[in-house]
Amino acid sequence: MGFEKFLFYVFAAITVLAAGMVVTRRNPVHAVLYLVLAFFSSAALWLLLEAEFLGLVLVLVYVGAVMVLFLFVLMMLDIDLATLRAGFIRYLPLGVVIAVVMAVQILLVVGPGNFGAEQFPTPAAAAADVSNIEEVGLLLYTDYVYPFELAAVILLVGIIAAIRLTLRRRPGTKYLDPTQQIQVRKGPDRVRLVSQVSTAGLREEQGARDVAQSQEDGSA
Amino acid sequence: MHFDAANLLPILPEIAVLLTAAIVLVVDLYIDERHREVIHGLTLIGLVVAIALTGVVGGGATELVFAGNVVRDPLADLLKGAILVVSLLVFIYARPWLRDRGMLVGEFYMLGLFSILGMLVMVAANSFVTVYLGLELLALSLYALVAFDRDSSRGAEAAMKYFVLGALGSGMLLYGISMVYGATGSVEFGAVAEALATQGMENKVLVFGLVFMVIGIGFKFGAVPFHMWLPDVYEGAPTPVVLLLGSAPKIAAFGLAIRLLVDGLGSLQADWQGMLLILAVLSIGLGNVVAIAQRNIKRMLAYSTISHVGFIFLGLLAGTEQGYAAAMFYTITYAVMATGAFGILIILSRKGFDAERIEDLKGLNERDSWYAAMMALVMFSMAGVPPLVGFMGKLLVLEAVVRIGFVWLAVVAVIFSIIGAFYYLRVVRYIYFDKPEEDAPALASSGGVRVAMSLNGLALLALGVFPATLLALCQSVFGA
Amino acid sequence: MIELWNSLPVVMQILLKITAILVPLLLLVAYYTYAERKVIGYIQIRIGPNRVGWRGWLQPIADALKLLFKEVVIPSKADKALYLMAPVITIGPAMAAWAVIPFDAGLVLSDINAGLLYVLALTSLGVYGIIIAGWASNSKYALLGAMRSAAQIVAYEIAMGFALVGVLVAAGSLNLGAIVEAQAGSVFTWFWLPLLPLFGVYLISGVAETNRAPFDVAEGESEIVAGFHVEYSGMAFAVFFLAEYANMILISALNALLFMGGWLSPLPQSWVAGVPLLDDGFHWFALKTGFFMFLFLWLRATFPRYRYDQIMRLGWKVFIPITIVWILVVALAVVYRLPPWWSA
Repeated sequence: MGFEKFLFYVFAAITVLAAGMVVTRRNPVHAVLYLVLAFFSSAALWLLLEAEFLGLVLVLVYVGAVMVLFLFVLMMLDIDLATLRAGFIRYLPLGVVIAVVMAVQILLVVGPGNFGAEQFPTPAAAAADVSNIEEVGLLLYTDYVYPFELAAVILLVGIIAAIRLTLRRRPGTKYLDPTQQIQVRKGPDRVRLVSQVSTAGLREEQGARDVAQSQEDGSA
Repeated sequence: MHFDAANLLPILPEIAVLLTAAIVLVVDLYIDERHREVIHGLTLIGLVVAIALTGVVGGGATELVFAGNVVRDPLADLLKGAILVVSLLVFIYARPWLRDRGMLVGEFYMLGLFSILGMLVMVAANSFVTVYLGLELLALSLYALVAFDRDSSRGAEAAMKYFVLGALGSGMLLYGISMVYGATGSVEFGAVAEALATQGMENKVLVFGLVFMVIGIGFKFGAVPFHMWLPDVYEGAPTPVVLLLGSAPKIAAFGLAIRLLVDGLGSLQADWQGMLLILAVLSIGLGNVVAIAQRNIKRMLAYSTISHVGFIFLGLLAGTEQGYAAAMFYTITYAVMATGAFGILIILSRKGFDAERIEDLKGLNERDSWYAAMMALVMFSMAGVPPLVGFMGKLLVLEAVVRIGFVWLAVVAVIFSIIGAFYYLRVVRYIYFDKPEEDAPALASSGGVRVAMSLNGLALLALGVFPATLLALCQSVFGA
Repeated sequence: MIELWNSLPVVMQILLKITAILVPLLLLVAYYTYAERKVIGYIQIRIGPNRVGWRGWLQPIADALKLLFKEVVIPSKADKALYLMAPVITIGPAMAAWAVIPFDAGLVLSDINAGLLYVLALTSLGVYGIIIAGWASNSKYALLGAMRSAAQIVAYEIAMGFALVGVLVAAGSLNLGAIVEAQAGSVFTWFWLPLLPLFGVYLISGVAETNRAPFDVAEGESEIVAGFHVEYSGMAFAVFFLAEYANMILISALNALLFMGGWLSPLPQSWVAGVPLLDDGFHWFALKTGFFMFLFLWLRATFPRYRYDQIMRLGWKVFIPITIVWILVVALAVVYRLPPWWSA
């Protein structure tokens, strides 16, 4: 138990620290990288909770795909850091005051005593051979199939909205359609053999033959 | 854990809407530019089918399906019907505007249908998970719709504000839900209510979660002080989107509030009554006063919405069956009024021109006296002039408030309503006693729009004179 | 011997096991580079390296020494910390993924339930090294290479993930050992046959994921010099190199495990049980992995580089639809117990 607790505190500390860095770093790329770190250590926390499926999916989806695209966009943007920081500094004192007041209020209303281990009984640890992927899958496709399908519809809305808001067909762009390109066949599309009858060449040839003929005639 | 196909029966209306959206999505890909309007017809057919299905599967005892995630009860039936009817009107009004601006594209209909789907899910939800997913489905579709006119920087700004504040509201709601889940150990309303009954209100975590949930609901309704997004969104978004956003979603928000606060946290009524009270008084007060200062009619209607939200909260906070029924009556009739008001704005707009200033309504009587009459009906109804339905709604709500002994609250509400009547009547004055601007052309109107608007306006009158049917329905929902 | 092993602390045992995996792996990487130069040499009718040691056998050692003694140049405007971290981030996942690879029945460092998911999650991390390297170098070519790589890896990861979903459905488990056991029978019950389209997609996506020819647009030496690692030199460059080859070996091993029956013998168990060399065993796994490793080299020697938009098209418009359709087919086959694979 001791080692697990130690791991928990290590990963929890990393998560909190990284999350703090996300909002305080000046460089947006650094901020995103700290966010990646925060996700990663949260995944580790989930693993400690024996939720290995969620932990790995967090890494796979958020770290492996979502954040990569985030970085992809950030690196292409030229973000004016000076103006961003100006607003940040200006509102920082006010923000800090409000945050502190709120945190104190929340602590006064619901102190840590409300969340202690005595309030919530520790769930029994699952047996080692229980696959929580199977458990999650069974629940998702039976009891929670309706919310699950709804989540799919929400994703569809996301796709439609993104396409509507960003896809513009600009006239006059030079665009090669790879599907058409790879449909090029060896015979008729790449090389076209033309049987051209050169009339001028024929006449010359005819003339030369006539000359040869007459010479032959002459020599005979 | 076995799936039973009978689960699908109560959600047939949702399935119909989803199928319509899917069909529109596919048809839109392959259809010719000239035949684009087919998708409009498809959408209307889909909505009519959904209304019919609501009627077919509705009625009867409460059913819980999908392992308690979805409920079909009289509340869900009635709200679904109202949402679908109002949405049908919305699409009819929106068509000319979209066509004139080359925006009659599949995406508008798809996103609109998905937002309707979200509303249907919300009002029939029986667990925090379902209610939240429905809410997000609605909200995401609306964010995109607000930015629908891609060349409008105002639209983009409005969408951004809506998105940021909407996400904040969702975050608050979710945080509150997580607290309640932690304290009760369930996301299903029935189980939550049961756990609450045993725990009582000793648990501070519950009350803490409740605060955040009420804030989330306040955000979604646009109640003061969480109303900041509303005027900007109404002003910046394209008018048909405001029409969609300002009407049926209020019904869905009412469903959200009832499901969360009454179905889920009914035993915390004493706690949330006070919170709603503050929101209600602030909304009625600020909404009515600030609306007077607006020159932009969309902004004016936005503040008017805020004040009406205050009235809906008044009915809710009463905490009695009578109060809930009154709030429901108020919400449904308000949605019909808002549809009419924004519908008139769409009719007044034409290619390259959007009716946005109050002055644009000048002399509407001379340009088209029938539409002028309809707009006057809407305005009088919103102001709460008898015998229109707006009066009935206010009366019922105030009665419920007085019944629980909050006479001072009723007095405050009445005073601010009278203040608010000023700006509604100002619009009526512009319509009847001012000359139209010189370059104002005659109003073009295709048949469907005129019929729909007539029904819409006259419904306000009819419901005001004969409120019994709808009221009885609303009361039967809450068993009063 | 066994007593000695058992007397060691657990941490020590694990460390020894890790060493036993990583040292041969690094040696294999070194000689894989040698093999690459030799194989491509012979394919192109050249001899390849033959100066250092007998027939050039010491060439990888010489290369390693050379790179070790070279200076690691850091560009003046580079983000120094990230610049130096990038190679480490690249090689970390490439090594860590080996923790769940079973070499023979039961011969695995960590026999976890979600092994396949773990491998997928770790391989998806490798792209960070490339992106960070490209960005931190503060160089146009490097950034271009990083961009290309990011978009390409995200696209192919989806296809790859879907292909693995097919394997998961077919085997009914995410444990790599269990996946191999599910293929028991003969060469015809291995998953390459019922999952043939997914096998093809996985094989090609694997090449794309490791940024190898013909999908090496992230390096693209004829277009963007050397892409993301253009500014790297010395040991830092060598680490990128190591990671790339380690990833190739990993993908080859996964191909062998997931589709080619891992350590299983191609002949039915009833014929070969107890027969040395023909029976199941590590040598089959090594042989199959070796074949796929050779395939990587063969592809590089044979195909010209894909054009970037065609890579994207192949990933999104061809592979992803194929995998989705075939997952459906496999799911139906499993539900209806299609013989001979799922007759039990």
